[in-house]
Amino acid sequence: MSEATIEVTTLRKRFGQTVALDGLSFTVAPGTVTGFVGPNGAGKSTTMRVILGLDSVQEGTALIDGRPYASLKHPMRHVGSLLDAAALAPSRRGRNHLLWIARSQGLPVSRVDEVTELVGLGSAARRKAGGYSLGMRQRLGIAAAMLGDPPILIMDEPFNGMDPDGIIWMRGFLRGLAAEGRAVLVSSHLLSELPDVADHVVVIGRGRVLADATIEELTAGASSLEDVYLRLTTSAVEYRSGADGKQRR
Amino acid sequence: MSSLLQASHIAGFRATLRAEWTKFRTVRGRMIGLVFAALMVVLFTFLQANGKHTGYCTTPNPSSCVAGHPYVPTGPGGEAVADTYELVAKPLNGDGTITARITSLVGRIWAGPANEAPSLADTRSGLASWAKAGLLITPSSKQGSAYAAVMTTGGHGARFQYDYTHDQAGLPGSVSSSAPRWLRLTRAGDTITGYDSTDGTNWHAVGSARLTGLPATVYVGLFATSPTTSEGSATQATARFDHIAIAPLADDRSQAPLAPSHGATIGTGPHDFYTTLGTGGYRRAGDSIVVTGSGDIAPAVASAGGDTASDSLLFGLAIALIVLIVIGTMFITSEYRRGLIRTTFAATPDRGCVLAAKAVVIGSVAFAVGACASAVAIPLGEHVMNANGNYIFPADPLTVARVIAGSGALVALTAVAVLGIGTILRRSAGAILAGVALFVLPTFTGPGIIGPTSSATAATWLYRVTPAAGFSMLGLLPRSGLVSYPYTMSNGYYPLPAWARLLVLGAYTAVALFAARVVLRRRDA
Repeated sequence: MSEATIEVTTLRKRFGQTVALDGLSFTVAPGTVTGFVGPNGAGKSTTMRVILGLDSVQEGTALIDGRPYASLKHPMRHVGSLLDAAALAPSRRGRNHLLWIARSQGLPVSRVDEVTELVGLGSAARRKAGGYSLGMRQRLGIAAAMLGDPPILIMDEPFNGMDPDGIIWMRGFLRGLAAEGRAVLVSSHLLSELPDVADHVVVIGRGRVLADATIEELTAGASSLEDVYLRLTTSAVEYRSGADGKQRR
Repeated sequence: MSSLLQASHIAGFRATLRAEWTKFRTVRGRMIGLVFAALMVVLFTFLQANGKHTGYCTTPNPSSCVAGHPYVPTGPGGEAVADTYELVAKPLNGDGTITARITSLVGRIWAGPANEAPSLADTRSGLASWAKAGLLITPSSKQGSAYAAVMTTGGHGARFQYDYTHDQAGLPGSVSSSAPRWLRLTRAGDTITGYDSTDGTNWHAVGSARLTGLPATVYVGLFATSPTTSEGSATQATARFDHIAIAPLADDRSQAPLAPSHGATIGTGPHDFYTTLGTGGYRRAGDSIVVTGSGDIAPAVASAGGDTASDSLLFGLAIALIVLIVIGTMFITSEYRRGLIRTTFAATPDRGCVLAAKAVVIGSVAFAVGACASAVAIPLGEHVMNANGNYIFPADPLTVARVIAGSGALVALTAVAVLGIGTILRRSAGAILAGVALFVLPTFTGPGIIGPTSSATAATWLYRVTPAAGFSMLGLLPRSGLVSYPYTMSNGYYPLPAWARLLVLGAYTAVALFAARVVLRRRDA
């Protein structure tokens, strides 16, 4: 795998009066799983959308190997992403969901079958996505992210709605991706989901980086991860209470 | 702009196009909707056509009404024609020439109520602008036959006309005893040439025609006819001819000039569609022959019976349009609803490219549905209406092809426009409502306000400036400059030339798409 990175530099974004991103900077290195943690509304999803060129910022840059995402040809061959597993047309079969994405990236149909196999979706791929459980949707979303065999992966809350078996599978899967040399950015609102997975953690609150360290560095001198997390995010949460920071929807 | 044409852009667009097509076809509801839309066009065309029955009442006796339609002749080009006139002629074998001088052309105009059969009892003096008198060559007295004629007219000077639709202007001005007109018609093989002159010495060729397959023996002679005015009043014209000479040209120069001997009234009768005034005829007055006739030799207009093969298409097409508005809108709004739009734009960050690909997909699909459905529905409607005894205006294959392609384009441009509206509004319900209100309703408020003349202008403007202009692609009644007729909406004639009708609709589509593009670029996905 190439030395692919995500570099986020001083992102600032405002939704009306609400400051969503407030000078956010961090880097995701190849061969690592980077946890992206913060309370709901901290700006995790917004940051990911900015990296993928979906949302604009007033200031700052988010670069993939030094280039903006939007300038990439067949971007999903560079960055695989899973933002919302529920983003599916219910009446479209899982396989066809993968097929249109493959078409958009100029990928062969054989790739669709490979990723279906990879995530263990199997025969369910022939069914309509509307009938999928949340866990199956997550797997389909990961299959879509893996279509372009990308060196970089971005996943927003991939553990959501997964059963214990699924969570175990997902952890192993993400570690395997990093072991292959890929740069993986995984968000979660629960730090506790990450220790077995993430090498590195970026904790954010109110659109700012609160901590950017390895798991070991974070837990040094603290009784538990929860303590660390609470200590880091309390001020952010208190500050936010009353003014709902969740983005417009 | 040139960067748009770079190979990588084209390759990128092709991939996006394939992706959008895959997306489109893998939602089964859409495919069912398309089939449904096409079936609705065919079904409603059948129902509408099947509901049309005509009858007519013969003019001398209004109580004698029969089912079916009056007789409308068909010209050599397959077009509907009026062919009703008074002819005083004799056979001419081989090449030859006919010459005559016209010293007067006068007329009468029916002045009685419009709902009464015209008669000479209540007329005023006056000449219809397309009243015609002159010399004519035809192979047959059968209506709709080929012909060539040189003539003087009520208000259009001297003309050379042939086969109903062709017209060339000669000397301007009207005829009087102080300003007579000399006319001459020669036959040389298949070529007929018309001349005019003010003095019978200096001749000027007005025009010529090749009537292919003209038999050796043709009729040559004097004719007079006078058409209905644009207000709908029947008229009659009387012309005085003298210096009449018919001479075979070829080798036999010794043969003496002959006067026409045989009179015939062509195409008047209770079953002919053309309304005439009085009975035609001719009389000799010394060296002169006076010919009186009523009718026209010209293309038929909607007064022949305004039904066309595409008339019955309207409702079915409107239903198909609504279905396609739903499909076209939801092609993008459903992605916004599910959040799938983010996957789309993550796959193709160039949002204009996505919009263009979606427009091509929905546009092509909608065109195929509109065109295929009308290609089936038009002949079906025509068949059913024929079977019910209706007269259907004949349309040449090119015109029918234009209506079929026009139906496709109407549906396609509308579907692309609502894709734009859907992109801007992001909500299915609002965008569909807006689409129906903008692209379907104007057409159906149209007929409602056509009625009285005062609001006819409003209806005309509706078909000029709203997307209803696209629906007027269905109009295929021919207009002719050779007929004084009110080519209005209430008579079945839409405003604007055919190409401009699509252009008006296309302008709405372009604006919607452009606005969608601007909004897409500025907005977070």
